[in-house]
Amino acid sequence: MVIARDMRTNLTMKSDPCTQRRPRKTAATLALSLGIVAFVGLTACGPAIPTPGISDPREAQNRQFHKFNLAVDKNVVRPLANSTGKIIPPEVKQGVVNFADNLSLPGSVVNNILQLRFGMALENTTRFAINSTVGIGGVFDPATAAGVIGKPTDFGETMYRWGVREGYYVELPLLGPSTDRDALGKVVDYVLDPMRLILPPNSRISLFAQLGSKLSDRSKYSETVDSILYDSADSYAQARLLYLDNRRFNLGEVPAESSFEDPYAE
Amino acid sequence: MRNDMKSSDIKTDSLMLTRRSFGAGLAAGTGFLAFALPVRALTVDQARGLIDRAISEVNATISSGKSEQQMFGDFERIFATYADVAAIARSALGTAAKTTSAAQMAEFTQAYQGYISRKYGRRFREFIGGKIEVVDAKPIKTYYEVISTATLEGQSPFDLRWHVSDKSGKQLFFNIIIEGINMLASERTEVGALLDANGGDMTKLIAALKSA
Repeated sequence: MVIARDMRTNLTMKSDPCTQRRPRKTAATLALSLGIVAFVGLTACGPAIPTPGISDPREAQNRQFHKFNLAVDKNVVRPLANSTGKIIPPEVKQGVVNFADNLSLPGSVVNNILQLRFGMALENTTRFAINSTVGIGGVFDPATAAGVIGKPTDFGETMYRWGVREGYYVELPLLGPSTDRDALGKVVDYVLDPMRLILPPNSRISLFAQLGSKLSDRSKYSETVDSILYDSADSYAQARLLYLDNRRFNLGEVPAESSFEDPYAE
Repeated sequence: MRNDMKSSDIKTDSLMLTRRSFGAGLAAGTGFLAFALPVRALTVDQARGLIDRAISEVNATISSGKSEQQMFGDFERIFATYADVAAIARSALGTAAKTTSAAQMAEFTQAYQGYISRKYGRRFREFIGGKIEVVDAKPIKTYYEVISTATLEGQSPFDLRWHVSDKSGKQLFFNIIIEGINMLASERTEVGALLDANGGDMTKLIAALKSA
């Protein structure tokens, strides 16, 4: 589908053979996303060129936001997660996590389709159907027990599949580590999310579910998160490395071997 | 007899088959290369065996019913036994290792061994109540990658990889990769930051590692 030469070319929408081949007019949203992609000016089709190493020219600004995020974690998130973590029974916490996971599935399905991964679109749809009904609105997760595990995805991954490059590293206020591509993906995911049409308007159910789920994670992985944020000599650099390595691994973007030097080489 | 066969037996059989065919290929390959190159001392089975042993020690500790403090001690010992701490220390120091005297390097490595064993020993505590299983092993570049799956309480299973080499003269692992996050890169970032925080002074860095 792709030849390497194409990947290095910044394409305009008209001359791009890849965009022309895509189903046109599926929705205004696709046009929007393509518009954004063209705006970013990094597009090609097929997975993006691997970007090993760290590209962080906005480090000074990012470090400011990191400082802010640390203060928020230290003063609000961490105490809140630890106190609620102790009071709320694990079953309830798991229910909140399940509920939030379930609400995110329709958005994943939209992205699966945009990625042309129809098998996974079907699996995520089946998962949503099972957990919304048998799982009582998604509070329980009978789908996993039935082997319908699914896989979350997002528009950042969709853009990766389309050949958009990672861009620079960025630490977002409140949202934490990201890249240009993933940050843009978050905005598009918000716009694309079908749940916004299904749930009552302004109910903020998704938002609260996500906040609850994040708090639950913060308490569950408390020691690990603490060790990164508070025990590292440079928590900004550590968080940046962990985010990029993990994200690239999940996307299948670069093999892990490219992130370290062979200690026996020389 | 056939009826008595457990699922684990079947698994072993199929594994044997893949190993055998892989081994045959490897033997043919090394036979051919033997004229030109030294035979690779470490085999994929040996690399796998090393991690199998390390993991079984970790699993034994996890299910021993010892106190957490005792478990930390065990994890430290397991780490020091199965990891190539000297190579990890050198890698963590990065380019600074090249300008450090041999004597200071030895001192650094010793301080680093305690530091990293404590640190990763503590990380192993997350495995309490869980299970790690080796699922595959393959050669990469000049070393081997042993792939295991960790299943922890209340979490979906995740991918845990070990890089094994015998370049130190002994089979040891020199890197652990969890979901793409690798220890060597993380340690280089950390030790580099620690060295910066100590004004690039190796003596201060060593003292900091001892107290961390």
